Amino acid sequence: MIEIRFHGRGGQGTVVASKLLATSLFLDGKYSQSFPAFGTERRGAPVTAFLRVDDKPVRIRTEIYEPDHIVILDPLLVDQVPLTDGLKRDGIVIINSSRKPMEFADRFKGFKVATVPAGQIAVKHHLGTPQSPIVNTAILGAVAKVLSIVTMENLIEAIKSDVPSKADENAAAAQEAYKTVSDVVQL
Amino acid sequence: MRKVLTGNQAVAYGAMLSDVQVVAAYPITPQTTIIEELADMQAEGLADLDYIRVESEHSAMAACIGASMGGVRTFTATCGQGLFLMHEMLHYATGARTPVVLANVNRAIAAPWSIWSDQTDSVSQRETGWIQLYCEGNQEVLDTTIMAFKIAESLRLPAMVILDAFFLSHTSEPIEIPDIEAVRDFLPPYDPGDLWLDPDNPRTFGSLCMPDTYMEFRWQIQRDMERAKQVIDEVQDDFGRVFGRNYRQVEGYRSDDADVVMVVSGTVASTGRDAIDFLRARGEGVGMVKIKTLRPFPRQELVAALRGKKKVAVIDRNFSPGATGVWAQEIRSALYELPEDERPIIYGYIAGLGGRDISIKTIEEIYQKTREADQPDDVDIWIGVNYV
Repeated sequence: MIEIRFHGRGGQGTVVASKLLATSLFLDGKYSQSFPAFGTERRGAPVTAFLRVDDKPVRIRTEIYEPDHIVILDPLLVDQVPLTDGLKRDGIVIINSSRKPMEFADRFKGFKVATVPAGQIAVKHHLGTPQSPIVNTAILGAVAKVLSIVTMENLIEAIKSDVPSKADENAAAAQEAYKTVSDVVQL
Repeated sequence: MRKVLTGNQAVAYGAMLSDVQVVAAYPITPQTTIIEELADMQAEGLADLDYIRVESEHSAMAACIGASMGGVRTFTATCGQGLFLMHEMLHYATGARTPVVLANVNRAIAAPWSIWSDQTDSVSQRETGWIQLYCEGNQEVLDTTIMAFKIAESLRLPAMVILDAFFLSHTSEPIEIPDIEAVRDFLPPYDPGDLWLDPDNPRTFGSLCMPDTYMEFRWQIQRDMERAKQVIDEVQDDFGRVFGRNYRQVEGYRSDDADVVMVVSGTVASTGRDAIDFLRARGEGVGMVKIKTLRPFPRQELVAALRGKKKVAVIDRNFSPGATGVWAQEIRSALYELPEDERPIIYGYIAGLGGRDISIKTIEEIYQKTREADQPDDVDIWIGVNYV
């Protein structure tokens, strides 16, 4: 079983990101489970969502305490939320940021990091506003590339069938992030 | 067809596939997406139902009772405070013998406010005469919603499908959506017989009942609630034959040769399977019994499952102030009929209130406490509480 924890803010599509990934993995023939650690949904408040995937049905129904990987939709959370709590030592951190992975050396020492400018990509594809881009589909393109757990074909299919609007723009954002995400760097 | 659905969507699919005719509901987190999904299904022409928007949950249940007395299949959904506001009407639905089906998303009781999961809302309705069916996964939620209509209508008793807030309601996972024609074969249209509000045959129902007749109505409810045990088994067996998924009121998991048995309900049963496997791999003689029905209480099956065990650890995600967790009360009462040498020692644990996680570690801690103590420290033991 692989366990992934998503950290974002209300309005970025964090919960939808984990659900889209669950659907993509299902289309790949896997057993998946996603759910939000729900606060009362407020725009801008930190949001956590969980994803599990396995080759057999997922029975455990609890929060994820020791994730294999984490996905960070808002780089400003780095200073505000204990993001790497429980993260396994060989775990990968994927961050929405236009900076290079090495620039996170002080924050994520000992972990592997990849960065993707998901905010810029989202704005380019008119997803959300420049002040508040909806980065979830872009970050999933990076997840597909970096973690190699899901096929791009089924990720795009899940995005096109499940996003509430701008299906083509969201799919294009995922494609672009897939191509532009950085290499994984051991910090 | 297989699809990734949340628990709340699973409820809505279950109601839609059951050809529900009237939905009367009031939104409340974390239930709201059930009735939103049903409203969407109606708007898209997937469900041919009348949707009654009401000003409160009390009115929602009143409208459901009225519609059911009009002879149609009726559904609502609520949680927590909404279920409490419905309480008076829950009793009425039973007395009026209206087979309303209600999905309750377990939500903790205020004050202080909480939107997260615990069972205090539904266990507080224990005495209302509703059949209560607890679920551990989204597939069970969908399947149980369909079965609930069949059970309720064959007994003319209302039935509640119960799912944990967030751990099911907002959790997405792949589930099998049955073919609607197969569901229609399994669950024919509701037939109220001649007991309905027929304008061509005006009659009065539920009017003042003198002391010389009232008690008989109550006895009939009890008679049919006892009969419900058999009806639930039959419906579950039929469902298993048609759809290939089998459910039981009491289900053992690696419990046959266990010395210590954990008794659980809801999603704790799902996590519990992994916890039991983990403890078994360590060589511990532990098993689990999942109970699906709080009402009617499956006394005989439970006695059979726990007879002769050394220790039984009951996990209650609810409690009754001044007494104990409600499942523990029921289990203590049921097992008292066993002779002393076959009667397990019962450990009652309170855990997971207000959505606090019940993880594999929590279950492991409960098991360790049970194994190590010859007798429980108290009638209920609170897990993970910071005593202040």
